[in-house]
Amino acid sequence: MSPLRLLHAGLLVTLFASGAWGERSGMVEVPAGEFAPLLRSRDEPETVPVPSFWMDVHPVTNAQYLAFVQTHPLWARSQVRRLFADELYLAHWTGDFELGPGAPPDAPVVLVSWFAARAYAESRDARLPTIAEWERAAAVGIDTDDARTDPAVAAVLARWFSRPNAGPLPDVERGAANRLGLHDLFGLVWEWVEDFNTALVTGESRADTGLERNLFCGAGSVGARDNTDYPAFMRAGFRSSLRAAYAVPNLGFRCVVSP
Amino acid sequence: MKPLPVHPARAVLAASALVLLGSVRLFAVGEAATTAVPDARKAEFAASLPTEQAVLTAAPHVPPPITRDHAARVVVNLEVREVVKQLADGVDYTFWTFGGEVPGLFIRVRQGDLIEFHLSNHPTSKLPHNIDLHAVTGPGGGATSSFTAPGHSSVFSFQALNPGLYVYHCATAPVPIHVASGMYGLILVEPHGGLPPVDREFYVMQGEFYTTGNYGEAGLQTFDMPKALDERPNYVVFNGGVGSLVGDKAITAEVGETVRLFVGNGGPNLISSFHVIGEIFDRVLHEAGTLVNENVQTTLVPAGGATMVDFRVEVPGTYILVDHSLFRAFNKGALGMLKVSGEPDAIVYSGKEVDEVYLGGQSAAGSETVRREEALRAEREDVIAANPRITEIDTEIQMERGKRIYFASCFACHGQDGEGIPGVFPPVADSDYLMADKDRAIRVILKGLTGPITVNGKPYNSAMPPQDLTDQQVADVLTFVMNSFGNRGEDVTPAEVKAVRTAN
Ligand code: HEC
Ligand SMILES: [Cu+2]
Repeated sequence: MSPLRLLHAGLLVTLFASGAWGERSGMVEVPAGEFAPLLRSRDEPETVPVPSFWMDVHPVTNAQYLAFVQTHPLWARSQVRRLFADELYLAHWTGDFELGPGAPPDAPVVLVSWFAARAYAESRDARLPTIAEWERAAAVGIDTDDARTDPAVAAVLARWFSRPNAGPLPDVERGAANRLGLHDLFGLVWEWVEDFNTALVTGESRADTGLERNLFCGAGSVGARDNTDYPAFMRAGFRSSLRAAYAVPNLGFRCVVSP
Repeated sequence: MKPLPVHPARAVLAASALVLLGSVRLFAVGEAATTAVPDARKAEFAASLPTEQAVLTAAPHVPPPITRDHAARVVVNLEVREVVKQLADGVDYTFWTFGGEVPGLFIRVRQGDLIEFHLSNHPTSKLPHNIDLHAVTGPGGGATSSFTAPGHSSVFSFQALNPGLYVYHCATAPVPIHVASGMYGLILVEPHGGLPPVDREFYVMQGEFYTTGNYGEAGLQTFDMPKALDERPNYVVFNGGVGSLVGDKAITAEVGETVRLFVGNGGPNLISSFHVIGEIFDRVLHEAGTLVNENVQTTLVPAGGATMVDFRVEVPGTYILVDHSLFRAFNKGALGMLKVSGEPDAIVYSGKEVDEVYLGGQSAAGSETVRREEALRAEREDVIAANPRITEIDTEIQMERGKRIYFASCFACHGQDGEGIPGVFPPVADSDYLMADKDRAIRVILKGLTGPITVNGKPYNSAMPPQDLTDQQVADVLTFVMNSFGNRGEDVTPAEVKAVRTAN
């Protein structure tokens, strides 16, 4: 059993919370690579280099987050400042320090704000991934190296979208990992990223002004990297609907560290 | 609408991205909410108006006409929900909806009204959503101002400047997927003075669905991206599902009434050739604008567009609503029903009408009416015959077909009201003999009947020849007879007929 697993069982809560762990526990290394932004301007390069980093194997769980709240009670549900987390913050927990039936210990924590996610990461001497890092990690598929064309990824995503949420979320690591060893990048929860608020799509993706032209005009011009990469559009759309204090039922997070 | 102010972008945002995105807003970290700067002029205008809560209705219903002769501040509360609903018999689909329904709830306001729109996104939603109302004058039709994360709500307002019937839809990236999941509906902006009064108004909206499983494949279906890209839907339906406007869910009217259909098309891809078999639209508000066209058979409804049609119903019976791109009606579900019943004394009138049809079949020349009736009959028969799923589920269609068979094969002897001729042909109206034994009734049709019998206490001793009908036809005509002329009984299925036929 990995230390993380033990933690889920609640045995090492204090050890974890004290930051006694090495920063790479429960993480895998994502080798240096590239990120191809969904939308870019004429002068921007097609891809941006992404240096290597370490990333949590799975999203932060309720048990992990509970351990954090216990040592950082200012982040308890009743204590948190509204400026940093809206009224939905941890609304599915039974109490400040009680998970209850709506929040199984090994299920990913959701209904946490960007501020809260960052505070958690900081407590682990980690940080939230950037869009570039997250997308770099998720560009690797489950059965193939390219998530965009990997049927296994498409199947997981289609299944996720075609079934509404019923009851508490399932535990992490139920599904197959991608080829980097990362679980749950697809089809469990959305995840906070550090720079979510620069996501370049708004609700009005067929924007009335320049965007539409930029999205759909001829070859060689500015535009979307791939108009059929709907999952990327959805992630971008989701990110742009957020504010930093929002707590959203399907939105969790995971941490990264730079080597 | 006054544009919302653009919020300061974070430094990380390259200038080039701003150019790329034009008016797109980005949100500063930690900001509580995006709100329009309070506008004194607007506040004053809003305060000068009486406030009312909009009545929203699910298709095929339409909120009542607006009777006030002045503008109001109308509060609309619409909730976005992602729900599993039936797409066809046994086929489920996860629809993303405005108000839990596909199409979304119907909104009715008056020209000049100030609409205060509250869009809530249910906490269980997987995705952010928003609304672009084609009735809005302003960038994005409200889309940016209403962009809402799950578990949140947004408020924006607009003035309904132009009268007409407008589509609204979700405009969140990727837009086609949100629309293909059912996120569309209609908003009617009544002109000053209202629309010409009619007796009945209904809400019908077409849309198509792209599922991994073929048409009719049971179970919870998954969205099929390649089919959507190719614009090859498995389902083209009215009001969110196959059969949502047939049988006891058909829309109804009475002879002599005027009917108005508010017809929309959500798409996302196909244009509809909207037609009602057996009716001519007296008036069409072309593309739901102000141009009136009269005496129209089929009218185009663009994807993301609407039309308003009215007509008077003259003859009782079932009128079939179709997308006259007929494979959609035959094989993909684009079929609905308008059932028109007669006034209490209209059975006679109805009988006479069918009598004409019968004669039309025999007369080579045939009057204009007879020819038209005949063409309509054939067309309707084709639609019905080619859509077995609907055929199976709908007794009404079976009744329709049975009625035609009755008036073709039986009425010469048993009479148009089923009374027969005393002493010669026994009545099928209110017949104890008929209703007592279903298998025996089937046998009478298949094998004929000779010898003494007693019907309703009266003796008959004559001969009925065997009827040369298929199992389906026997089932249809018996279903009709056993549920007409004062009889109230079960349906008869082709399988039951077949069982009797093979039994002896
Ligand atoms: C050529 C005249 C004729 C035609 C056509 C005819 N019938 Fe009959 N039908 C009769 C006669 C005569 C009897 C009574 C036979 C007897 O006395 O044994 C009868 C008896 C019946 C009975 C049982 C007695 C009753 O009234 O309940 C039924 C039911 C019936 N017919 C239904 C039909 C149906 C349905 C059709 C059309 C598919 C049809 N018949 C066509 C002449 C006809
Ligand atoms: Cu949507």
